[in-house]
Amino acid sequence: MSVLVNKDSKVIVQGFTGSEGSFHAEQMIEYGTNVVGGVTPGKGGMKHLDKPVFNSVQEAVEKTGANVTIIFVPPAFAADAIMEAADAGIKVIIAITEGIPVADMMKTKSYIKERDVTLIGPNCPGVITPGEAKVGIMPGFVFKSGKVGIVSKSGTLTYEAADQVVKAGLGISTAIGIGGDPIIGTSTKEAVELFVNDPDTDAIVMIGEIGGTYEPDAARWLKEMGNPKPVVGFIAGQTAPAGRRMGHAGAIIGGAEDTAEAKMKIMKECGLTVVDSPAEIGATIAKVLGS
Amino acid sequence: MNIHEYQAKSVLKKYGVRIQEGYVADTPTKASEAAKKLNEETGTSWYVVKAQIHAGGRGKGKINETGSNGVVLAKSLAEVPEKAEKILGGTLVTKQTGDAGKVVHKILVAQDVYYPGESEPKEFYVGILLDRAKGCNVIMASTEGGMDIEEVAEKTPEKIVKEWVDPQLGLLSFQARKVAFKLGLEGTAFKEMVKFITSLYRAYVETDSSMFEINPALKTSDNKILAVDAKVNLDDNALYRHPDLAELRDLSEEDPLEVEAGESGLNYVKLDGNVGCMVNGAGLAMATMDIIKLSGGDPANFLDVGGSANAKTVEAGFRIILKDPNVKAILINVFGGIVRCDRVAQGVVEAYKNIGDIKVPIIVRLQGTNAEEGKKIIDESGLKVVGAVLLKDAAERVKEALS
Repeated sequence: MSVLVNKDSKVIVQGFTGSEGSFHAEQMIEYGTNVVGGVTPGKGGMKHLDKPVFNSVQEAVEKTGANVTIIFVPPAFAADAIMEAADAGIKVIIAITEGIPVADMMKTKSYIKERDVTLIGPNCPGVITPGEAKVGIMPGFVFKSGKVGIVSKSGTLTYEAADQVVKAGLGISTAIGIGGDPIIGTSTKEAVELFVNDPDTDAIVMIGEIGGTYEPDAARWLKEMGNPKPVVGFIAGQTAPAGRRMGHAGAIIGGAEDTAEAKMKIMKECGLTVVDSPAEIGATIAKVLGS
Repeated sequence: MNIHEYQAKSVLKKYGVRIQEGYVADTPTKASEAAKKLNEETGTSWYVVKAQIHAGGRGKGKINETGSNGVVLAKSLAEVPEKAEKILGGTLVTKQTGDAGKVVHKILVAQDVYYPGESEPKEFYVGILLDRAKGCNVIMASTEGGMDIEEVAEKTPEKIVKEWVDPQLGLLSFQARKVAFKLGLEGTAFKEMVKFITSLYRAYVETDSSMFEINPALKTSDNKILAVDAKVNLDDNALYRHPDLAELRDLSEEDPLEVEAGESGLNYVKLDGNVGCMVNGAGLAMATMDIIKLSGGDPANFLDVGGSANAKTVEAGFRIILKDPNVKAILINVFGGIVRCDRVAQGVVEAYKNIGDIKVPIIVRLQGTNAEEGKKIIDESGLKVVGAVLLKDAAERVKEALS
């Protein structure tokens, strides 16, 4: 078991024939992900990487039964691509694209709220269930199968955490990169909830960063639930100055509540195990699991 | 992207938002001409001279060289160039600029809007921003105009009116009325505030802004509502839709090293510490800054080289970090996924040789694809570079370099 994606996921790639889409689709296929086709409007009927190309997501769903999509469409058209996928009945939408205007995401989020769909991202590395499906841009070899769920706002920091978990002798059930934008489809709390409900996840690594209130929200929810599974948390940006954007569009300290210090304090108070150093994630998760 | 007050006001005016009128000037003579023009057009006989920098607290801030405040009142035409002289070219230090302050290149000469009349002038706060948790815009208003809104929110949260806007429907008329009523307005001032909020929201949406702060929004003695100050923050990701707004960028307001980094495709933020760092990925870059702090140093910068850490980007990164005289050591932290560590290591060696003599110790931590091969290249390069694979080893090496 796992969350969001597994070996039965039928994945399509939106922005399939573009350079990013092609490169990562090939990597995903090589990993063993069940990629059933792709969408590039105007190129329907073609074959690309030995898979069919469709003009619309609806056509791709009708012909292949796809239920998961990964989006590499450029920022100006990405919001439209997400809504097209939601309209076509795709259940899990993973948007990699960085740089989508906030106003577009606001409308998109409101649009998908009324539909039965989970959006991960945008501006994220994607989702991987080791040994089953990689629907993202992460280096697959770093992730070994196991019982630790990872939720993170960042790309390379997720790989770092996964690497430490694996080197500590453990493995990963699923790793979800939720993205670093101010408006994203799935919050930290929603991702943590997926892991809490997953029988094959024993512990959770929760990686956040400055800006917004997602991590404290998740921590408070965990406390309310009686802390059903051990959670190790880290917040990046303890040394970031207020008011400056740290790479990610959403990584900016706007008020007293969204500093790393404030978030870590709330997480500790809610009963999470918080590490000050990102180098301690692996050892700490091993410790809380008693291995 | 931030823009100046005078630019923000001219953008707002285009959307029908009433503003305190004014003209921008970069010399005392032009300030004088601006005041004359204002006098003819608005009848004002007092003038407000306002330093234009990208930072708040200008009114209370002081010009280092002359002791003048950043915003001053001139009570006659003759006073305008005198006051302008004391601000232009000076370094303005406010609570937001830090001790270094910012050089004032331009001033806004504006009409006096606090003239006496049938009722007392009253200041309000009106802001529009993104509510990240709710995923929509929120209009925030308060009767406590002219004050720091964070302080109002903390001490008297009941004095803040909030109205959330449905992204699909936009601002509804009753919402604008609700805000205006809650601010205690009536009659002409009420109608003016409804119009003010409605046009302001339209401007916000149509310019793809990420923050508006009108503080104060003034009710004049003859019951008009107008923007006396305007802080506008535009969504960088949407600037491609607004080439006219993109042109408002003032590079002189930004750190020159940050501008240079941007031209090389690097995401760099200058900080005050002594250990420079270069990392692939924003989250890992922030985490690396934290590691530096935990190792007894202070990060000198944030620097995300992005997905492709090659010789060219590494060299550009090196050159920028090395221009900061405070830097005593540099930590490169790359998690190689798609990009292989041996390639990155070769890039580092190449960049090092291109630059020549680097005086500060460099720690290169490479993890991921071909990490060991990468470390070998670094260790055998004969350069003053230390390799590491584990993050905690890198932290130790930083500690050693600083001791």
